[in-house]
Amino acid sequence: MKLPIYFDYSATTPVDPRVAEKMVACLTLDGNFGNPASRSHLFGWKAEDAVETARKQVADLLSADPREIVWTSGATESDNLAIKGVAHFYHKKGKHIITSRIEHKAVLDTCRQLEREGFEVTYLDPDSDGLIHPETVAGAIREDTILVSLMHVNNEIGTITDIAAIGEITREKGIIFHVDAAQSAGKVEIDLTKLKVDLMSFSAHKIYGPKGIGALYVRRKPRIRLEAIMHGGGHERGMRSGTLPTHQIVGMGEAFRLAKDELAADNSHMLALRNRLWEGLKDMEEVHINGSFSQRVPANLNISFAFVEGESLLMSLKDLAVSSGSACTSASLEPSYVLRALGLSDELAHSSIRFSFGRFTTNEEIDHAIGQLKTAVGKLRELSPLWDMFKDGVDLSKVEWVHH
Amino acid sequence: MAYSEEVLEHYENPRNVGKMDDSDSHVGTGMVGAPACGDVMRLQIKVSDEGIIEDAKFKTYGCGSAIASSSLVTEWVKGMTLEQAAELKNTQIADQLALPPVKIHCSVLAEDAIKAAVEDYKKKQSA
Repeated sequence: MKLPIYFDYSATTPVDPRVAEKMVACLTLDGNFGNPASRSHLFGWKAEDAVETARKQVADLLSADPREIVWTSGATESDNLAIKGVAHFYHKKGKHIITSRIEHKAVLDTCRQLEREGFEVTYLDPDSDGLIHPETVAGAIREDTILVSLMHVNNEIGTITDIAAIGEITREKGIIFHVDAAQSAGKVEIDLTKLKVDLMSFSAHKIYGPKGIGALYVRRKPRIRLEAIMHGGGHERGMRSGTLPTHQIVGMGEAFRLAKDELAADNSHMLALRNRLWEGLKDMEEVHINGSFSQRVPANLNISFAFVEGESLLMSLKDLAVSSGSACTSASLEPSYVLRALGLSDELAHSSIRFSFGRFTTNEEIDHAIGQLKTAVGKLRELSPLWDMFKDGVDLSKVEWVHH
Repeated sequence: MAYSEEVLEHYENPRNVGKMDDSDSHVGTGMVGAPACGDVMRLQIKVSDEGIIEDAKFKTYGCGSAIASSSLVTEWVKGMTLEQAAELKNTQIADQLALPPVKIHCSVLAEDAIKAAVEDYKKKQSA
């Protein structure tokens, strides 16, 4: 077992060796290095072939038409292109956008920018399980709503949004529905012949592909129009100019092909790991799972160890590469806005740890994590005045704290 | 983020962890911070009849720098008079632990904690 152990697959995944091999073949003089836009020679034609094969591989995982796939630099760009592209193209129809409080910053900050431009944005609250309900979306729709943008799987808590039901509502009202699927591709089945989703953002590096490449699905029927952000050579049917990075695209294609082949195996592997981890921890006192346990991807377990502060816990978990919902390094000392939106108490929000695992995680690694967690939490609770108070039966919500 | 060796050393081997009997008239308790801010410190001192701090204990909920700051303060105040302890400055703590700017508030909290403990002891004595 190699230390430290990587438990941060939701942040990024290693590139699958099979993907890396395909990418390497698209770089050097004796490889497929041509510009896919070069029409006058074999080098260009070969590169274009590779790009189109990859486009089909990505489309296949989603049951989409390859012509509906637009290459971008990643899910952040896809989110920007989808949201700004729709807002700027359809602004005469209306200026209202619906999203949620637990979206990725790529969506939230894009919406903030549109607010500065005069659009109105409604930020939906999740329930205490972190779920955005279709009724909540329906209740927020106005005459002038042009776009609903929600994530498929939440990056912090792994909860799954019912995009099938929400798509029925938006389609009936003629509202465009954008879904950020960066965390769901390869983890949840996505069938765009059935889902009434109009725009969908993808990233390669969350599913064993390289960083720096992503895609936006843009539905053809009914046709969705976008105003481009990047102007230039008119690549990607004018929606996203810029020379296509063949090696990145080929890597993303291969990653998506593998994800389709291995979706069932990957998921049962991760479910077994997740259950093993939770079995090992659930008997500890005051351990809480953040986000719905039933409606979440198996690759994520976000847990709070009450009365232990997240950053000091990370310091003790030297062998584990995990992420914490507490941001004590920032001047504001704000815990994660996602956990706050769930209504978590301050103690719990400050004590959360996100485990995310993947294709290469092993049982042995999970067992090592359980042992180290138990030791660390035990030590820090011995140090914690809040733990003392809890043990003495003090209700922490009734204490008058000396804020600073 | 990278922690200084001093912070790591106190975090790994915190000094004077514990709890004293608050009802003892020789004990002063200072509790500062809030769970909402991500740190709570409880610092206690035991004062002799001559006004010398004989013992100090702490418990801290917070990041490694907060734990190290309170651990260091308990070491420093032992043997001090109440006046000396009340004069401790957060900058001394921050310097000793080489705290980065984002962690200065941890040393401020430790200074507040010792001041609060001294206050508490004095209040008990005059009551």
